[in-house]
Amino acid sequence: MARAVTHQRKTLNTAIAWGIGLLIFFPVLWTILTSFKTEAQAIADPPVFFFFDWTLENYAVVQERSDYMRYLLNSVIIAGVSTVLGIVVAVPAAWSMAFVPSRRTKDILLWMLSTKMLPAVGVLYPIYLIFIELELLDTRTGLVIVMMLINLPIIVWMLYTYFREIPGEILEAARMDGASLREEILYVLTPMAVPGIASTLLLNFILAWNEAFWTLNLTAAKAGPLTAFIASYSSPEGLFYAKLSAASTMAIAPILILGWFSQKQLVRGLTFGAVK
Amino acid sequence: MYLKTMVRAAGVLALAAATGVHADSHTTTVTIATVNNGDMIRMQGLTDDFTSRNPDIALEWVTLEENVLRQRVTQDIATKGGQFDVLTIGTYEVPIWGNNGWLVSLNDLPADWDIDDLLPAIRSGLTVDGELYAAPFYGESSMVMYRTDLMEKAGMEMPEAPTWDFIRQAAAAMTDKDNEIYGVCLRGKAGWGENAAFITAMSNSFGARWFDEDWKPQFDSEAWANTLDFYMDLMTNYGPPGASTNGFNENLSLFQQGKCGMWIDATVAASFVTNPKDSTVADSVGFALAPDNGLGKRGNWLWAWSLAIPAGSDATGAAKKFIEWATSREYTALVASKEGWANVPPGTRTSLYENPAYLEAAPFAEMTLGSINAADPTQPTVDPVPYTGIQFVAIPEFAGIATQVGQEFSAALAGRQTAAEALAKAQALTAEEMEAAGY
Repeated sequence: MARAVTHQRKTLNTAIAWGIGLLIFFPVLWTILTSFKTEAQAIADPPVFFFFDWTLENYAVVQERSDYMRYLLNSVIIAGVSTVLGIVVAVPAAWSMAFVPSRRTKDILLWMLSTKMLPAVGVLYPIYLIFIELELLDTRTGLVIVMMLINLPIIVWMLYTYFREIPGEILEAARMDGASLREEILYVLTPMAVPGIASTLLLNFILAWNEAFWTLNLTAAKAGPLTAFIASYSSPEGLFYAKLSAASTMAIAPILILGWFSQKQLVRGLTFGAVK
Repeated sequence: MYLKTMVRAAGVLALAAATGVHADSHTTTVTIATVNNGDMIRMQGLTDDFTSRNPDIALEWVTLEENVLRQRVTQDIATKGGQFDVLTIGTYEVPIWGNNGWLVSLNDLPADWDIDDLLPAIRSGLTVDGELYAAPFYGESSMVMYRTDLMEKAGMEMPEAPTWDFIRQAAAAMTDKDNEIYGVCLRGKAGWGENAAFITAMSNSFGARWFDEDWKPQFDSEAWANTLDFYMDLMTNYGPPGASTNGFNENLSLFQQGKCGMWIDATVAASFVTNPKDSTVADSVGFALAPDNGLGKRGNWLWAWSLAIPAGSDATGAAKKFIEWATSREYTALVASKEGWANVPPGTRTSLYENPAYLEAAPFAEMTLGSINAADPTQPTVDPVPYTGIQFVAIPEFAGIATQVGQEFSAALAGRQTAAEALAKAQALTAEEMEAAGY
C-alpha cells in the first residue's frame, strides 16, 4: 500500500515537473514556432499553433539584412573572454575568502553582492563618460571589461561556496609538502573544484550572453553582440513579430544547444552544497 | 590540463577581441542610427547605389527600437560620444536639439536638392530660426481609415472631412461585438508617442491645449474633460476589449484582421492595410481626414522621420552627401524603379504629389497630402499657446511628463480610475514637473 502511494506521488511529481518545465519552455517554443509563420499568421487571432504554412522566409530576410556571423562572433568573444577573465580573477579571491577568512570577509562578500543591487542605469552616465575618455565605446575590449566586472560578484560568490566544501586540510597537506601558494591553487584546489568552476563558467557565460542593457548602450555598429541583433528587429510602425522571432531564435540557438549539452554539469553545479 | 586549455582559449579570444575591423584609411565611415521601419530598411538595401557613386564613403548601420534609439542618441549627443554621424530623429527632437546647438545646419545642401520642394508643413517643423536642421525622409499625418463594406452595410457614407459626432454614430452602427467587429480602434497603450500623442492631437480639435500662454497646465479645463469623456465613451462602447494596451501595431493587426470598422492613426498605415499580402481587408479600405468639431482644428498630427547630423560628428561632409542622396528626388525614383511607386517614402516633397505615376499607384496619396497640409505645428490649437508641435509640445520636459499623463489616461481606459481622476492627476503632475523645470 505504501509502495502504491509512493508510486502515485512519484507520478504526480513527475507530471507537475513536466507541467512546470513546459510552462517555462513555452515562450521559447512559441518564439520558435512564430519564426516559421508569415507576419499575418504571427498576429492571427485566435493564434495558430502547429497547423500553418511553415515558411523559412523570415530566416532568409534576417540573413539577408543582417550580418549574423559578426554579431555571433562578438557574442562569443564578449561572453567567453569576460567569463574566463572573471574566473582568473575570482579563483584567488574566493580562495582567500574560503580558506583564510578575516573578520571582515562576510562583510566584503555582502558588499560585493550589494553592487548587483544598484540598477545598472544608475551608473550608465559615469561609465559612458569613462568609455569616451578611454576610447572604449563600441569596442569588444570595453564590453569584455564591463561584463567581467558586473558578473564578478556572482563568480566570486559561487566559487566561494564551492571552495567551502573542500576540506582545508588537503590544502594544508599540500603546503606541508612544500607547495607554493600558486601551486596550491593551480594544482590542488582548482582540479578538485573543476565541477564548480565549470558550472560557474557556464552560468556566467549564459549571463554575459544574455546581457542586454550594457551591450545596447555601449555599442554602435562594430561591437554589437546578438542582443543588439535582436533589438534591431523591433519596429514602432509595421508588423515585425515573425522576423523578430526568427532573429531571436537565431540568437538563442547557440546558448540553448550549449545549455542542453551541459545541463548535467549546470544542475550539479547549481545544487552543489545544497544537500548535505 | 583543463586550466591550460582554458587559459590558451582566453588568450586566443582576447587577441580576437583586441583585433578590430579597420576600414581602409582612405575611406570615411558614416555610422547611421536608424529605426526598423519599412522605408528605412528599404534604404539600407539600396545603399549600393550610394556607395558606387561615392567609393570613398563606407556606411555602417545601427538599427534600434525607437525608444532605445532616442535614448542612445540623446545620451551620445549630450556626452559628445561621437558614435553616430547620421541620426534618424523626428519632429519632436529637431526643434529642441537645433536650439541646443546639437545639430549641423543643412541649409548648404546643393541647390539641385531643392529645399523649396519640401512640403511647407514638414519643412517648418524641421527648421529653427531659418536653419534646416534635418532632412525629411518620410512624413506622416493621421487620418481615418475605414472599412467601406461595413460602412455600406451600416447604410452610412463617410464624408471626406468627418466630425467626431459622425465618427461616434458610425462606430455605433458598425459595432457587432458578437462577430468581434468593433466600430473604432484607437491608441490606448501608455506612452508619449502612443496614447498621449493621439489624445493630444484629438484634444486640439476639442479646443483644448496643454498649456496657456503662461505655461500653466490646462488639464482642469472643460475642453480637456470633453476630450477625454468622448474618447472614453467611444472606446468603452465601441472599441475592442483590452484597448488600454493597444498601440499602433496592435491596432494595425486588428484592422488587418477585419476587426475594426474605423481606425484613426498614422497615414503611413495606409500602405499596410491596403497590402493584400498582410491585410484581409485590403480591397475594402477607404480614407478620410481626421475628425473635427467645427472649431477650426482637426485631430490630426504631423510627424517626419528625418535625417540629421550631430554637431560632434567627424564625418560631416560625407554625412551630408549621404543625406542629400537619401532624401533626394532621385532616391524616390530609384525606389520606384526597384519596388514600385506605392513603396516610395511619402509625405516630404510636393513634386511626389504632382507625379501621375505615384498618384495612380497610391490611392491614399491625396488624403495623405491633405492631412499633412491640414496640420500646422506653429499654430496647433484653437486658443493661443507658447509652444509648437501638434501631438507633442516641443520642450525637453514633454516626453517625461507625457509618458506619465499617458499612463493616467491608459489607467482610466482600463477602468482603474475615472476620466476626471486621470485629468486631475495629469494636472497635478504636470504642474509639479513644470514648476521643477523652472517654467
